[in-house]
Amino acid sequence: MALTQTADLPALSASSRARLGALGSIGLGAAGLLAFLLIWQAVPALGLVNPMMLPGPLAIPTAFRSEIDSGMWLKAVTGSLSHYGIGLVIGAALGVAVGVLTGMSRVAEDLTSWVVRLLRPIPGLAWAPFAIIWFGVTPKAAVFIIAVSVFWIVFFAAHGAVRGVDRDLLEVAEAFGFRRAHEKLLKIYLPAAMPGILVGLRTALGQAWMAVVAAEIFGVPGLGNRMIEASSLLATDIVVVYMLTMAALYGILDSLFLVAQNWLLRWKA
Amino acid sequence: MESVIDIRGLGLTFERDGRRTEVLRGLDLSIPRGAFVAIVGASGVGKSTLLRVLIGLAKASAGQVSVTTRSAARQPVALVFQDSRLLPWRRVVDNVALGLEGSGLSKIERRARAVEALRVVGLAELAGRWPYQLSGGQRQRVSLARALAVEPEVLLMDEPFSALDAISREGLQDELTRIWRETGKTILFVTHDIEEAVYLADRVVVLAGAPGRAVIDRTIDASRPRHRDDPAHSALIADIRGHIARPG
Repeated sequence: MALTQTADLPALSASSRARLGALGSIGLGAAGLLAFLLIWQAVPALGLVNPMMLPGPLAIPTAFRSEIDSGMWLKAVTGSLSHYGIGLVIGAALGVAVGVLTGMSRVAEDLTSWVVRLLRPIPGLAWAPFAIIWFGVTPKAAVFIIAVSVFWIVFFAAHGAVRGVDRDLLEVAEAFGFRRAHEKLLKIYLPAAMPGILVGLRTALGQAWMAVVAAEIFGVPGLGNRMIEASSLLATDIVVVYMLTMAALYGILDSLFLVAQNWLLRWKA
Repeated sequence: MESVIDIRGLGLTFERDGRRTEVLRGLDLSIPRGAFVAIVGASGVGKSTLLRVLIGLAKASAGQVSVTTRSAARQPVALVFQDSRLLPWRRVVDNVALGLEGSGLSKIERRARAVEALRVVGLAELAGRWPYQLSGGQRQRVSLARALAVEPEVLLMDEPFSALDAISREGLQDELTRIWRETGKTILFVTHDIEEAVYLADRVVVLAGAPGRAVIDRTIDASRPRHRDDPAHSALIADIRGHIARPG
């Protein structure tokens, strides 16, 4: 049997073989996920771990429904998304601006190089004490921490991308009369650096998500905070609800970002 | 005849890592309006540098360069690079319209002019493509259209066909001859290909030596259309080849 199958394979067109391969990996992925859920359910069901410590996946939908019904889920999600969105936009905007400036100007690069070396190694979360002193345990503090985390990633991506812009293309702009910095910025630097900037933004998207949870664990209302509340009541099923919520939200945001990125970079072969 | 480009005693010295390289010295050249002049020479003799000075990408160290144009065009001189240098993030039509931005034309007018320039090089139907979807020959045609779109009086061309295969190259050479005859533009065409220079231009200037200077300046009075292997040109080609091999 195995022999006949092998002999049949070359008869399939390359594309249908690729489709079979894709179906095969989807199937394997689904099987893996199912196995994971089964093991997860079995561990508390078989008494290997106290169900209070680890609720099985079958317990999750009920907990999820009660969180929805109480309105807590929506409140936590909107809270987190608003810190996330505002922090991301502020951090990314500043990161692109400073990165592009230091990438275009040698003077700006030299001027900032030591400051960058000093501040860069400080993790975004190490700003939490100042965030709380300056803003209190408020959404502003979370926004600040998120913005700091995002800033560095986007700054380095933008700086590197602008430094790497093809000199030949800059000459094209000059040859056609665009010699002022803002003309070169708009005609060449920004579009040419866009692929690199987008790579940084995508990394920042993930980093910011981590910063959201971390900032909220300090007490700012949102997903992380609701999770900590639930864990202090040993409501581990609710903790899992929020862990899965974070995974789902991040998955959606990252997919939306990819769609936007593919459109922005549709000029690439 | 009035000259559109006047070069007097042009010298250019580069300084890189503390080392001075003199690329051009004492170059005199006067180019009448509407002429098709080819500049021939080995690589490194300063041909491209000359074009870069004319368009303002490089500064002369000595001498004077003047481009006298009749119109008040925003850009009287345009350059076609050796590699097409299209901006990959712009569609073909927007690449061609690049030089028109900042000219005060509306976007619709710029696009119309760009499509018109694409029509001149025979690529109007590719206006909506991205550069990566074009062949090497098509890219270079778009690059030519980009230069033509600004309606320059002088077209500078820096070995524009040297990276193309023989068939695309010959097609573009004939196209360029036609465009020159139709538009009456002044063309300064840099090449290291002697046959190309003799086939295209009505005057050939040979740069040789280090620093580079003009060693031959010859008018070609063959009628057009020309033939690629016209035996009447072989003496001139041999003469030029000899000068490039043994400058001075």
